[in-house]
Amino acid sequence: MTGLVLRRIGYTAFFAVVLAFFAIPMLWLASAPFDSKPGLGLRWPDWTFANIQTTFDHPYALTSLVNSLVLCTLAMVITTVLAACAAYALSRVRIPGRDALLYVLLLLSSVVTGTAAMVPIFVMMYQLGLINSQYGTALVIAGGMLPAAIFILKDFMDAVPRSYEESARVFGASPGQILLHVVVPVARPGIATIVVWSFVQAWGNFLLPFLLLRDIGSQPAAVLLRTLQDEGGSANLTVIPVFSLLYSIPVVVLYLFVSKRYGFRFHGGIKS
Amino acid sequence: MPAADATAVTVAAAPPARRPATDSAGLGKGRALGFVAPALILIGIFLVFPALWSIYIGLTNYTLTGPASVNPQTVGLDNITGALSDPLFGNSLWLTLLFVLGSAVIGQNILGFTLAWTMRGARKWLRRTTEGLVLLAWILPSTVVAYLWIAVLDRDGGTLNLLLGNPATAWLVQYPMSSLIVFNVWRGTAFSMLLYSSALAVVPPSQLETARMVGASKWSTLKDVVFPHIRGHVLTNTLLVSLWTANDFSPFLLTAGGPNHQSETLPVFIYQQALGSGQLGYASAISFLLLLVNLVVALVYLRILRRRT
Amino acid sequence: MRLRSLIAVLTGVTLVTAGCVGKSADSNTGQNADAKDITLTIGANALAGGKNTATAKWMTDYVIPKFTEAQKAKGVTATVKFEGNGADDKDYKTKVALDLKTGQGADVLEIDGIWLGEFAQAGQVKPLDDVAGRDKVDAWDGWSKIPPAVAALGQFDGKRYGIPTGTDGRVLYFNKKLFAQAGLPADWQPKSWAEIVSAGQALKKLPGVTPIQLNAGTAMTEATTMQGVLPLLAGTGKPVYADGKWQGATQNVKDVLGLYQQIYGGGLGDPLLQQEAKGRDKSFAEFADNKIGILLESDYFWRSVVEPKAGVAKMADRDTAVGWAKIPARTAGGGVGGQDFVSMSGGSIRVINPNSKYPQQAWELLQFMNSFDATKAKVSGGAQITPRTDVNDEVLAGDPMLSFVSKQVLPITRYRPGLAVYPQVSSALQQATADVVAGKSPDEAATAYQQALSKAVGEANVAGS
Repeated sequence: MTGLVLRRIGYTAFFAVVLAFFAIPMLWLASAPFDSKPGLGLRWPDWTFANIQTTFDHPYALTSLVNSLVLCTLAMVITTVLAACAAYALSRVRIPGRDALLYVLLLLSSVVTGTAAMVPIFVMMYQLGLINSQYGTALVIAGGMLPAAIFILKDFMDAVPRSYEESARVFGASPGQILLHVVVPVARPGIATIVVWSFVQAWGNFLLPFLLLRDIGSQPAAVLLRTLQDEGGSANLTVIPVFSLLYSIPVVVLYLFVSKRYGFRFHGGIKS
Repeated sequence: MPAADATAVTVAAAPPARRPATDSAGLGKGRALGFVAPALILIGIFLVFPALWSIYIGLTNYTLTGPASVNPQTVGLDNITGALSDPLFGNSLWLTLLFVLGSAVIGQNILGFTLAWTMRGARKWLRRTTEGLVLLAWILPSTVVAYLWIAVLDRDGGTLNLLLGNPATAWLVQYPMSSLIVFNVWRGTAFSMLLYSSALAVVPPSQLETARMVGASKWSTLKDVVFPHIRGHVLTNTLLVSLWTANDFSPFLLTAGGPNHQSETLPVFIYQQALGSGQLGYASAISFLLLLVNLVVALVYLRILRRRT
Repeated sequence: MRLRSLIAVLTGVTLVTAGCVGKSADSNTGQNADAKDITLTIGANALAGGKNTATAKWMTDYVIPKFTEAQKAKGVTATVKFEGNGADDKDYKTKVALDLKTGQGADVLEIDGIWLGEFAQAGQVKPLDDVAGRDKVDAWDGWSKIPPAVAALGQFDGKRYGIPTGTDGRVLYFNKKLFAQAGLPADWQPKSWAEIVSAGQALKKLPGVTPIQLNAGTAMTEATTMQGVLPLLAGTGKPVYADGKWQGATQNVKDVLGLYQQIYGGGLGDPLLQQEAKGRDKSFAEFADNKIGILLESDYFWRSVVEPKAGVAKMADRDTAVGWAKIPARTAGGGVGGQDFVSMSGGSIRVINPNSKYPQQAWELLQFMNSFDATKAKVSGGAQITPRTDVNDEVLAGDPMLSFVSKQVLPITRYRPGLAVYPQVSSALQQATADVVAGKSPDEAATAYQQALSKAVGEANVAGS
């Protein structure tokens, strides 16, 4: 009995600490948007809604969020679909050097995300005529994310019991149908992870869209956020806090949607 | 190979056996190729090609602007030897390892798993709140995150000093690396939590039930029932978070590498030493060194996790 | 087979891409001179609602409609577009460099004057004479309105590459309220470094006040060099770059570092603040909160930081509480050129992209943007120092601080050497101040600086001690 009580206390204490740890830094975001003079420290706001007004009056704030949605949805869909197909095939068919190849690609992806590869990417996109194309930018972003996505998904594909596919095959399903109707539903938690992860990665990407898109009207929110400063580089704190709140909403909504609809926790799948 | 070997979940409750990839869906090599090709083509064009090019740039004195941007000279391994003979490079390498080990391998990994595990039984509102907060920390733009954490760690008026009741500790200046490690645990735990939540979902509840019925302790349940199922995910997660942490630039926003290089991890070093003055050749060479470090780290993980099979 | 297709794709891309890096444009001044239908693009690091918002608005609301109108009167249909950016200066520079490298980019480009040398040395920006024709460039009447010192911002190796968009000047700001409490005069004007230090000592007696903020360390990047080392170095009589050589561990450099030591080792400054990532922003906030006595900054501080309505660290009583003084040389008459007072300046310039299809029309647009009316329209929202003396006389009259800079500081100011290696020299100087703030002696810091400098610019280009 005491053991249970102690466990209960430990459990509560653990969550209290974790919640505090993750919540305390957010306090600034709760106060600064409504403060007439937001600064570097945390303080009780001098209430105002002028910052919200200023943010909505910003000529590009809302369009940039729409651009972000388009760009990130494109990148997310490309990444998830291609990675799911590739991970499935790699999981089921033996290709010599498969794992070595995956590791090499994964490592190379870290080179490309660095700033050093900007010149190659830019020059290549210029030659391909993909400068100022949201589609092209989404392809580059997706290309950088694919190795990690395949890597993560392959584990989930490996975990899907073969017996399901075998029985589906008996009923004459094609590989495409098997993937879509048998494997994907079982690997749903993994795919949900990739959806959220790839969206978040694309959402925060600044340098690629900044360099590859010419027209400010098609730049995503991550780029716009970096322009909210004055000539000397000091941040414009009247717009940034409110805009950050707006900026995080789509991702939180996506997460809630995915987690509700597709469930990260999936208990029903693997019983036998 | 280990990823495949380790996670092949069998239908029975027995521990997973080594099981080669079997073509259970009857793909055949040709069709499998069709499935893989689109991803590989995209990776080939938009990743492999620029990556190889930038590795080549690492062998030149190429710069962003100035005369060397028009007529770069091949300098061979000069960039690499130049970096290796720079004591600041060694300093950065050490700090990067510390950062990866502290914040990714230990911090994010363990906290992420613990959260995923404990939240399975938590009440819905608690789970949602925790998940929401952890996730928010991950998705906020890094510019904003820098403000959030400076507000916490600031010398005067910082939340932490307020809570501790001891004003005048400039955390980011006096304890730069420890602050950054704690910061990065906060920032990146969400991914590990997501991945482990998904991975734990694949553990058959019936096996946990069995373990509980035979009176297995929490620890042995984790070790003998849960871990075999998620071994592959542990490897993947550790590998990915290490890789990402090693390439993470956000320390720069909090400390700018300071004070006096005490928090200058490799990505910050690359930025400070080379990109600030547009020396792309040098930057590419150091990026390549960073890749080698990552390779070594990956090999170490593979060895450790394979041995336990 | 998979590998083969991959290789095929890669080779394809390589072939297309080969031979396109490092392209340098051959411009033909007369190209399309008589075209009746032209398209021009203006590029700048400005964006409505973001960085340099006033400039962006001026482009879209004034320059484009008025210029199109003027062209129409001549029977030319002009389509002018504005490509706004508004990012960090380094990011913008990367974008411009990539554009020029691939033969793209806006026809009229606004860049920081300090980048000119790098682009010019690479042949990616060409002298105006080569782009638009010497006679045409000479014919512009605006040149006579721009003081030679300011026009030099758009020059490299004695050739005109562009027209400055504006300039600035550095002064010592001080808080008059704190000065009154410390028994210091409201019209303070130090005549030597010693007088700055003694004012600092008087301010030190006030509780909770940091007497002097002199930017130091690497976290503040160029702000350390421009608002710290360089004006001080000019005050020792020798600029950082002279006669083709950079100053190494000279006595002048050691003197500058000695002043840093006096301030940060003697409790007159806050060493921790210099090491924080947001130290500069914080120093602004502290000045606005009456916690800093003296601060060295450019007129930007007056216009955009402590400005009562829209500044980033608003000071409601700015007009009465903030004083300013010229930066003294180490000792009277000891500054560069025997000056008593010194300053440093910077600013942006507009150049014509040598890849422009319509170089003549781009030059017309450039002249138009720097005309009296256009320049005046640009500063209509708030006073700012322009390159044109005729405009300054008119718009700065209402602002005592900016008139002061325009009349008293600009004649004595110096500009940075716009060479490709400058950023590396600058970061070596920043490191030297960081070393002193961290407790090293000026001699040690100067020695380390000389080593870093030799590595960056080559031993032969360093003027030793």
